[in-house]
Amino acid sequence: MGPEYLQFINQTIVNMDFTYHVEGGDFTNAGSTSSEVKRMLKKLGVSPDIVKKTVVALYEAEVNIVAHAYRGDINVDLEEDKVRIVLADEGPGIPNIEWAMQKGNSTASQKVREMGFGAGMGLPNIQNNSDELKINSVVGQGTTIEFVNYFNK
Amino acid sequence: MAVEDFHHALKFKSDLCIGCAHCTGICPTGAIHIEDGHPQLDPNRCVDCGRCYQHCPVNAIYIEQDDFQTVYNCKYPVLLLPSIFIAQFEEKIKEKTILSALYHIGFKHVFEVEKSVDFIKEEMQRTVAENNGYKPIISTFCPAIVRLIQVKFPVLVPNLYLLKPPLDLTALYIKKLLTEEDHIPAEDIGIFYVTPCAAKIAAIKSPATEEESSVSQVINMNFLYSKVMRVIKQGEYKLCEDSRTRYHRLSKSSVNFTLTGGEVGLLSTGRNLAIDGIHNVLDFLEKLEDEDIQDIDFLELRACDQSCAGGILCANNRFLMAERQHKRMQKSPDEVDSEDNDLLNYVDYLNEHKRVLGTVEPRSMDKMDDNMAVAMQKMRRAFEINQNLPQVDCRICGYQSCKALSEAVVNEKASVEQCIFVQRALEHSEKLTILDTLHINTKIWGTKKNDPAIAKNLNL
Repeated sequence: MGPEYLQFINQTIVNMDFTYHVEGGDFTNAGSTSSEVKRMLKKLGVSPDIVKKTVVALYEAEVNIVAHAYRGDINVDLEEDKVRIVLADEGPGIPNIEWAMQKGNSTASQKVREMGFGAGMGLPNIQNNSDELKINSVVGQGTTIEFVNYFNK
Repeated sequence: MAVEDFHHALKFKSDLCIGCAHCTGICPTGAIHIEDGHPQLDPNRCVDCGRCYQHCPVNAIYIEQDDFQTVYNCKYPVLLLPSIFIAQFEEKIKEKTILSALYHIGFKHVFEVEKSVDFIKEEMQRTVAENNGYKPIISTFCPAIVRLIQVKFPVLVPNLYLLKPPLDLTALYIKKLLTEEDHIPAEDIGIFYVTPCAAKIAAIKSPATEEESSVSQVINMNFLYSKVMRVIKQGEYKLCEDSRTRYHRLSKSSVNFTLTGGEVGLLSTGRNLAIDGIHNVLDFLEKLEDEDIQDIDFLELRACDQSCAGGILCANNRFLMAERQHKRMQKSPDEVDSEDNDLLNYVDYLNEHKRVLGTVEPRSMDKMDDNMAVAMQKMRRAFEINQNLPQVDCRICGYQSCKALSEAVVNEKASVEQCIFVQRALEHSEKLTILDTLHINTKIWGTKKNDPAIAKNLNL
């Protein structure tokens, strides 16, 4: 398509694959990755309920890095039928994933809970809003969360 | 409803247009691009907010209106007047004078739109207090906002509050009252709504759902203002008898309804926010869609700064109008009963009809293609093109931004050579001649702006 001198445009990039960096403690920009991913899903014409689901899961996971880790990378791999998101952080890690996946289980202190945070809904919320979810964590090193949402469901 | 049914009240006059593209820049949904020296409107993006109308330096944008002659042809013309109409006038012109002038013009009755706010109040309080569904509930009062959500925030469509706005509820009551109490044949009654904005016209001519509006015709507010002023200045009218009119005193909250905070002011519980100005609304909805904002119960969103006092068809400055409206509110009674407002005698009837029939459908403008695989390809290409563009959003390509150009290119509506920076690069590598680029620019901006004689005229 188009004249020869514009061929550079026709070279297909390998994939719609983006990596975003997240700094621990930067609450001002928390949520910017999920906002960016949302915009892409809307352009693809993904149905509103799946956009919403993905945004909820990603926002939750992104804020987890900001709140608990030192830094992290979010890799978004967009394919025509699904989105795969991998959040890998350097941080304290989760000692007992199975326990943390249970609704209401939280390591948050009383002080934090009194403010309405740390209700133990984070991971369950990600699970409820993703089609596939994998969590790996090494205490003292970091956590990797990978989830997939399919578009045609 | 089919996409082609999306009605717009905003029209361009190409003979007046100087092709300055100010409208292209200000449009909150990127609905306008320039071709052949003139703006082109994308009907699927435009939400009739009227920012382009406000920014046009030569008044080349106008708002269509029904022929006023239909008022005289109608057997029983009734005026449905938003209370903000009164606020256009200087304070020394009393409400009664304005009403008398309206009767003189030929209306049988004048009803204020906000009469139904006393009914809406309880309904809203109950809905917000008992809501277990989508949060926040988003008001559908401002039709430009309803359209904005349809085209730009499909995720938020289920949050829309499908209660009929005061305009429709009051129109229903008028029909019922006149046919049942005054025994006027329904076919003789014409309800003429006076609109402060383009969005209301669009909403009446093609509602967001399949339900038809009970308003017969729409009159632009600035037009009727001029007509009334002329009658008043020439002293032609007779002061009307108080008994003649069904124009009653409105309660405080009814007068306030039309201003920013008017809906939120009706609510006594929960977290409720009022936001005016379409660009402010865009920012906020973006965050809401991102899940960045939570636990809000009710959102009152208005496209115009100062809400309806800032309507593009208002004849006076929005701050002065808000001031007069505010003063009227202070003088109004806290509460009115059915003796003051006989609409309250029709609560059962209104309860039956208060819901908007049908559903509001999302109609995303962001979607690149109906086929997801194709959309994916287009998105990739647009992304890569955009990375090679200068990001100054100069609009010389005729589009609102570099991003908008790259999307138009992948949709084969524009070519990347329309970018003036790309042109320079191609001239440099001798892939385009100056004549080629002049030709491209003429296609965007017309012959006048690309006339080589300009250099001579400037003595260069």
